[in-house]
Amino acid sequence: MADVLPRSEPGRLIVLERIPPAAWVLGVLLLAMPAFASNFVLYQIFGWSFILGMIALSLMVLAGYGGMVSLIQMTVAALAGYVVAILGTSGVPQISLGWPWWLHIPLAIVIAMLFGTLVGALAVRTEGIYTIMITLAIAAAFFYFTRQNYGIFNGYTGFNNVIPPRWFDIDWRQSVPFYYLTLACATLSYLAVVWIGRTPFGLALQGVRDNPRRMSALGFSVTAHRILAYTFASVIAAFGGILLVWQNAQVVPGTAGIPQVIDILVIAVVGGLRRPIGPFIGAFIYAILSVFSSDILHAIGMSGERFKLVVGLGFLAVVGFSPDGVLGLWDRYQARRETNRDALLGGRR
Amino acid sequence: MARSAIASTRDRSTAERLGSVTTGNALELRGVTKLFGALAAISDVTMSVRPGERRAVLGSNGAGKTTLFNCVTGDFLPTSGTIRLFGEDLTNFPAHERIRRGLRRTYQISLLFGGMTVADNVYLACLGVSRGRFSLLRPRPSDAIVARADELIAAVHLARVRDTLVSSLSYGQQRQLEIALALAGAPRFILFDEPAAGLSPAERAELVAILSGLPDHIGYIIIEHDMDVALRVAESVTMMHNGRVFKEGTPEEIENDPEVQELYLGGGHG
Repeated sequence: MADVLPRSEPGRLIVLERIPPAAWVLGVLLLAMPAFASNFVLYQIFGWSFILGMIALSLMVLAGYGGMVSLIQMTVAALAGYVVAILGTSGVPQISLGWPWWLHIPLAIVIAMLFGTLVGALAVRTEGIYTIMITLAIAAAFFYFTRQNYGIFNGYTGFNNVIPPRWFDIDWRQSVPFYYLTLACATLSYLAVVWIGRTPFGLALQGVRDNPRRMSALGFSVTAHRILAYTFASVIAAFGGILLVWQNAQVVPGTAGIPQVIDILVIAVVGGLRRPIGPFIGAFIYAILSVFSSDILHAIGMSGERFKLVVGLGFLAVVGFSPDGVLGLWDRYQARRETNRDALLGGRR
Repeated sequence: MARSAIASTRDRSTAERLGSVTTGNALELRGVTKLFGALAAISDVTMSVRPGERRAVLGSNGAGKTTLFNCVTGDFLPTSGTIRLFGEDLTNFPAHERIRRGLRRTYQISLLFGGMTVADNVYLACLGVSRGRFSLLRPRPSDAIVARADELIAAVHLARVRDTLVSSLSYGQQRQLEIALALAGAPRFILFDEPAAGLSPAERAELVAILSGLPDHIGYIIIEHDMDVALRVAESVTMMHNGRVFKEGTPEEIENDPEVQELYLGGGHG
């Protein structure tokens, strides 16, 4: 856990000095990516990774900071996408209201946030497997409801042609603009989650995760902190959901089908739930495997339709070697390298 | 701190307290019963503690002392009976609401945040009873609450290990940190659950100094097996046996009571 209070040594910490060199390298690399990556890689691999990473990041907030495993995050994301399609423009003009973006996008965020908060309020009184079950049940109900409701959600067909507004007269669905749009959103979400982790609210949330009984004996309302964590996570998931719908130009019941709901959990676990970077690592691995596994399968003479097999084996391999995901592998590697340093400060800078 | 000076102020104020007519009790329990299935962990416990009074609760293992604390702090609700803190009926309040009204407790088995530093633990405790619980701004060294946390750390003699992870503190230091957490905010009444258990003689002396040095208006109940500690920091004693209040009195009365000696001290108390 990050230290919250400043240490008692004199000298103030300057924010830029605390950013490790690896983060600078990664940042420059990501900003320069369009110079050498193909449009397909930018749009399908990186764009998708950032979006899935954001939705998985919202799960990381709940599971990593709050100790609550929620399966509702993909549904919250899809709901935001649906609201954008319903209130904005889509290829289904008889339902879509065509409201301007400055109205329908904030409304989508707020509605998804309220929905996530409501689910949270139902789920936080349960623990462990029951939280998973209750959120999965609501996710399944949402899936079947959207599939059968034609009046609002347009049933099985959903909405096509849901595209981003033309801010600054740019077509944001072109590879390079979309890459930067998703990169910016992912970065902001990441920084927001890092920030929250070091605020009194985030510290209290982590306290609730480690020791709810003690937290209430210190005067904290455990329930209120847990529900607010759902609220915050829902906002991040909602942004991810809107980007996802823009990327595919459509939102259908299958956007938040049961497999997609589970995939978010898989992504977060594979990447690692302990730090906000984990979900993005998991999303990147997931995107690579999903996109290229059919090629790999073809190469070894199997049907490309079995790409889920490769994803599943990849998942088993990571979890088998490291229960805390890729981040866990990295941490152990770092720990071994830094054994000569102070054990308490190891790997921190 | 000069121990004798603290002790004399306390004696004087105790005399003042005893001399004045108290209008209300700090803690008042009426017929508090807690059943676990058919087992009555505590039954029909009635006791009252005046503001500023320091009470020891004694009793053998299984006498219901910790269950009594859990009912008072709201870790679980009593099956029947009422609990009043400074006249306010808290019986059905959730734990955090009781804490915000000035009740505090320490735990027999330390419930601390091992992955955080001492400073962060105490900061959390100060935060829990402040308005900044949901703040999304990072704490700054100039915040009053941060200064308050540092005062508390100094008060329980942990300033040297302020930035140490709690999991690497000694057992005695963890017990002292427990007390710091209980002192955060504006405590009016504290429940100490065996604070001296497992401490070395030197650490016990330090604990007695900390308890004796508490401001006079803060009353407490202390569960303690060590009679030397219990009788030095308490001015009245409640004896519990099999979930019931067995005897109440001054330390001398309890110590010299033949029934108590028979039951608890086994006649051979040294």
